[in-house]
Amino acid sequence: MSLFQLLNGLTFAALLFVVASGFTLIFGLLRIVNLAHGALYLFGGYIGYSVAVKTGSFVVGGIGAMAAIAAIGFVLDQGLLRFVRGNELRQVLLTLGVAFFLNDLALVIWGGDSFTVPIPEMLRGGTRVFGTFYPIYRLFVLGMGIFVFIGLWVLLNHTRLGALIRAGVDDAEMVEASGVNIRRVFLFTFLFGSALAGLGGLMGGAFLSLYPSADAEILTFSLAVVIIGGRGSLVGVGVGSLLVGLLNTLGQVMFPELAYFVIFGPMAVLLAFRPLGLFGRAT
Amino acid sequence: MTQPVSKNSILAGMTGRALVIAGLVVIVAACLPMVLSSYQVGLATEVLIFGVLAMSIDILAGFAGRTSLGHGAIFGVSTYVVVYATGQAGLSLWTGFALGVLAATAVASVFALLAVRTSGVYFLLLTLALGMIVWGVCLRWTQVTGGENGMRADVRPAILMSHSAFYWAVLTGAVIVSFAMWRFVRSPFGLTLRGIRDSESRMRSLGYNVPLHLFIGFTVSGIFAGVAGGLYAMFNNFVSPSTVALAQSVEGVLMMIAGGVGTLFGAFVGAAAIIVLENIVSSYTERWLMVLGITFVLIMIFAPEGIIGKLRAITSRKAR
Repeated sequence: MSLFQLLNGLTFAALLFVVASGFTLIFGLLRIVNLAHGALYLFGGYIGYSVAVKTGSFVVGGIGAMAAIAAIGFVLDQGLLRFVRGNELRQVLLTLGVAFFLNDLALVIWGGDSFTVPIPEMLRGGTRVFGTFYPIYRLFVLGMGIFVFIGLWVLLNHTRLGALIRAGVDDAEMVEASGVNIRRVFLFTFLFGSALAGLGGLMGGAFLSLYPSADAEILTFSLAVVIIGGRGSLVGVGVGSLLVGLLNTLGQVMFPELAYFVIFGPMAVLLAFRPLGLFGRAT
Repeated sequence: MTQPVSKNSILAGMTGRALVIAGLVVIVAACLPMVLSSYQVGLATEVLIFGVLAMSIDILAGFAGRTSLGHGAIFGVSTYVVVYATGQAGLSLWTGFALGVLAATAVASVFALLAVRTSGVYFLLLTLALGMIVWGVCLRWTQVTGGENGMRADVRPAILMSHSAFYWAVLTGAVIVSFAMWRFVRSPFGLTLRGIRDSESRMRSLGYNVPLHLFIGFTVSGIFAGVAGGLYAMFNNFVSPSTVALAQSVEGVLMMIAGGVGTLFGAFVGAAAIIVLENIVSSYTERWLMVLGITFVLIMIFAPEGIIGKLRAITSRKAR
């Protein structure tokens, strides 16, 4: 694998990390497998695209995407999921219904054409990385991935809120019993995780482009990341993203038509030995 | 100790009344083409095919407690193989059909190998991811699958060209596999699956090999999904990635839930409800997927026990 391809893998992994970290935060703390996460990614991308084109600003697009997706997340959590709390299967299937709804709604609003989010002036063009010419924007995505990782790390390990989230992942009832309003922590996590999907949509929309089946693709990759990494573990998502991102690139180089298949092998081997993922713990 | 004769016969445990009802239902179903328009006969055929798919999902969901979101992919693999074998490869329908069911069984056994160690949400996620991989391969492997454009072949033989003839053929097939599935879940093996659903740890301590039972259950369920997929190839004469897409699995699961989890034959009621709904909606708007999503959300919130279960609950409340 050349340096160029390695960088491709790393930047894709960075995007996956942003999307999948939101997914695993929600999964880990709320025990909700949000299968609408891919649809939220796509919606975030489309909204970010529309806002960015209207205002001419990538940053405003990003803020718009995150805010809009957090709002959709709020409606999803407070308007629908509250009716099926405590029943994992019903929650999952409900979010799946929402995913279909959002996907079709996106088709109504933006049509079936593919869009590419305009990249801001300063991130256009390429630069030399160790002698290889590489697009600046993708390096920016890599930087964002690392930034989000550090941000989440600090949030989870060095703030009171993070301590509550970590405690909630281990035993939500116990946290509640000690006088904390765990519902508020849950809601914040859900909105924050959704916003990360929206941010991912905008970032991914600028180099993978947005099209009607992009949500299913990113959801599959996110599922693979979470299955490999384990539920609710930040390091797990990081390692899972790197593995899936690099394997996907390797697959595209070696077997272009079966690239999808290459993430399947390691997942299978892993599951045979660790059914809960690399960093997952039994509850 | 004397055992009733019926216990040992192939109809083990089927009471006389149930047998009469089943017979009547089949006779009514067989008479449908005489009263329905050819378009409606086509719909009824579709109901039978998807009813079989929903039943195959119910074997796992209702009797082993594991809801699969990958059965649409298993179903679709069979459709792909049948269309490819009879079209591109020029094989006969029978060979193609056998290959299709075989391929579906093989895919199901691979899914099963990976999925039997998981349960609950993890099972759901894993089967979903595996199904998506099949979809991805069908979409990208353009040389073989025709990519997004799919493949067309004249799968249906000349004698089954008319709507009614094909309907009767599918009805015969559906009756046979329904009986086989019913027999399967009532067998000692099926009872073991139910035991696993209710308490995995207890079955393990009783000395049952839980993963092996689940593996066999999943694979057998895959055979039936494969039969449904093969019939669908004959019905449609066409296959594209949307046949293996997540929406297919989701529709199957929705039909199964709408009919009532664990009722087995309820699958046909669920399939009829969803397919009729789909056709009514499609005559007004193209937004079927949106309606499907909303239906899913509503059923999850208001009637997770299925249409039949809900009706039963309402009538029993009124009766009191």
